[in-house]
Amino acid sequence: MSTETKPVIRVKDLTIGYGDNIVLRNVDFEILTSEIFTILGGSGCGKSTLLKHMIGLMQPLGGSVLIDGTDIVTAQGSDRLGVLRKIGVAYQNGALFGSMNLMENLCLALEEFTDLPKDAMEMIARMKLKSVGLEGSAYKMPAELSGGMRKRAAIARALSLDPKVLFLDEPSAGLDPITSAQLDKLILELSHSLRITFVIVTHELSSIFTVADRVVMLDKNTKTIIATGKPAELRDHSENPWVRQFFNRQA
Amino acid sequence: MDNSNTATVDWKELDHDRLCLVIKGRLDVETTGSLWRKILKTIAGTKPRELLVDASQIEYCDGAGIGLLLELTQTQKQNNRRIQITGLNPDFQPLMKLFDPGQTTELPPKRASLAQRIEILGEKTARLLQDVKAQISFTGEAFVKLLSTLIHPRTLRWRDTFLIAEKAGANAVGITALLGFLIGLILAFQSAVSMQKFGAQVFVTDLVCLALFRELGPLITAFVLASRSGSAFAAEIGTMKINEEIDALTTMGLDPVRFLVVPRLIAAICVIPLLTMFNNLFGLIGCGVVMSFFGSPPITYLHRIQQAATMTDLCGGLAKTFVFGALIAGIGCLQGIRTGTGPSAVGDSATRAVVSGIVAIVVADGIFAVLYYFLNI
Repeated sequence: MSTETKPVIRVKDLTIGYGDNIVLRNVDFEILTSEIFTILGGSGCGKSTLLKHMIGLMQPLGGSVLIDGTDIVTAQGSDRLGVLRKIGVAYQNGALFGSMNLMENLCLALEEFTDLPKDAMEMIARMKLKSVGLEGSAYKMPAELSGGMRKRAAIARALSLDPKVLFLDEPSAGLDPITSAQLDKLILELSHSLRITFVIVTHELSSIFTVADRVVMLDKNTKTIIATGKPAELRDHSENPWVRQFFNRQA
Repeated sequence: MDNSNTATVDWKELDHDRLCLVIKGRLDVETTGSLWRKILKTIAGTKPRELLVDASQIEYCDGAGIGLLLELTQTQKQNNRRIQITGLNPDFQPLMKLFDPGQTTELPPKRASLAQRIEILGEKTARLLQDVKAQISFTGEAFVKLLSTLIHPRTLRWRDTFLIAEKAGANAVGITALLGFLIGLILAFQSAVSMQKFGAQVFVTDLVCLALFRELGPLITAFVLASRSGSAFAAEIGTMKINEEIDALTTMGLDPVRFLVVPRLIAAICVIPLLTMFNNLFGLIGCGVVMSFFGSPPITYLHRIQQAATMTDLCGGLAKTFVFGALIAGIGCLQGIRTGTGPSAVGDSATRAVVSGIVAIVVADGIFAVLYYFLNI
C-alpha cells in the first residue's frame, strides 16, 4: 500500500509518565508516509497516553516526537502551529463542540485557517460528512447524535483540513459491525487516495487485520514495546507468547 | 500544505456555449480558495451549456480540490447543463465518489415564520406548564421525604449533611461577615450624613438595627447562600446526572431525593440562621464604626441598639431565613436534577438556580412583609 518509505513520524527515546510514575520507557519507532499504523496493548499499558504525547497534549519526561521533521515536544509558536496543521485527531468520545451544529464544527478550522468562501467550506463540510456516512446531519447538534454518529462526526471534523496524519483514538469502539467495516473502508480509501498517514489506537482485531500495515504492541509490565511488525506475521510467528495470545484472542 | 505550491486556471471559450477550464498545480485546502471564487464567477458569467474541465495537470488534489470539482458538477447539473471532467489522476477518482454529497435537500435553519413562532410560543407555554407541574411535584416529594427523615433521623446521611453544612455554612462565614460589615457601614454612613442635617443622627442606630434584623440581614445572607451554595448544588447534581450517577442511584434502589436533596435541604435550613446572625453582628459593628466617627460613645450605641430592636425583630428576621434556606436548596437541587445534555447544561442549571433562587427569596420576603404586618410583628 505504501508507495513511499519516508518516515513522517519518528518517536525517539520517548519516556512518558506522570511525575515519578513511568508509564513507558525509551520508546522508539517510526511511522512511514501513508502507512496505517496501529498502537496496541492491554488495558492500562499507556496507549492513549502515548497518543496524547504524540499529538503534543502532554510533555514527555524525555525524548522527542518528530512530525514531518519538527519536534512537537519542543516546537513553539508558528512551528508548533505548523505541526498541528499537519495532524488531525478524532478523540474517543468525539469531543465535538456541543454549542455548534456539525456544519459549524467542521467549518470552524476552515474559517480560521483558510480563505475559502463560505459555500466552499459548506461543500467541504458536506463532503466530509458524507464520507463518514453522516449526510443529512449537517445541521444537527452533537447532543442529537448517537455515540457512533458522534465518533464519525469527529473523524469528519479531523479530516476538514485534509491533514497529513490522522490520529484516531479507539475509532471502532461502540460502533456496529457494518459501520465499523465502513470506517475501515474509509481509512483504506483515504490512505490510498490522499496518502494520509493513520495512527490508530484500537483493540478491534478485525479492524487491525483489515487496515493496519504495521502495529506496535506496548506492554504494561516491561513498560516498553514488546512487538513491532505486520499483524499477520505477529499472529503467526511472534516469539512472544503473549503477543500470539493477543492476536489469537486466547484467554 | 507547502505554501510554495500554487494552483492556476486557464479558460477558453471553444464556441458560443462551450467553455474549457484547464486547472493546473496543487489543489489543496490553501490554494483552492481563490480559485474557487474565480472559477464560479466565470461560470456564473458565461453560463456555458457544456463545461469541459481538463484536470490532467492537477498534481495533487485533496478534499478541497475534490470539493471544487463536485461544486462545478452540481452547478452545471442544477442548471441542466453538461460537464465533462477529463484527465483526473486515477488516484483521486475514488475521492469523487467517496466525497460526493449529492444534491442536498437539507437547508440551514431559517428564521421562523409567523405560524412557526405561534407554534414555538405554544410549545414554550406547554413546557412552562410542565415545569410548574414538575416543580410542584418535586416540592411535594421533597417535603414528604424531609418529614420522613425528621421522623426517622437515622435514615439521614449525617456525614454528607455535615459536609454540605460545612461548605455552605462555615466556609461562607467570612464573605457573609464582610458583606454585613460593609452594608452596616455604608447604610449608617449614608443615613447619618442625611439625618445630621436635621439633628437626628441619634436615630441612625435605630434605622440600621431594624433594617438589618428585619430585612437586610436575612436577605443578604440568603443572596450569598443562593449564589454560593444554590449554584453549587445545581452544578454538583447536574454533573452527577450527566455522568449517569443519578440513574445508577435509581437502579440501585436508592431514592435520589432522599440521598441528594434531603441532606442539602437540612444543611441549608440549619446554616442560614447562623450565617444571618453573623451578618447582623458584623453589620452592627460596621454601624458602630460610623457612629463612633460621628462622636457617639460605644456604651450609648449599645443602649440605643437595645432600645431600637426587640427580640421579636430579631426572631422575625431569623424565622424568614428557614424558608429562604429551604427555597435555595430546593431550587438548586431541582435545577440540578432537571439538567439537560450538552456542555452548557450544567452552567445553565447553575444560572437558573441562582436567578430562580433570588427571585423566590424576594417574593417570599414580600409575603413575609404582608404577613408580619397583619400579625403585628
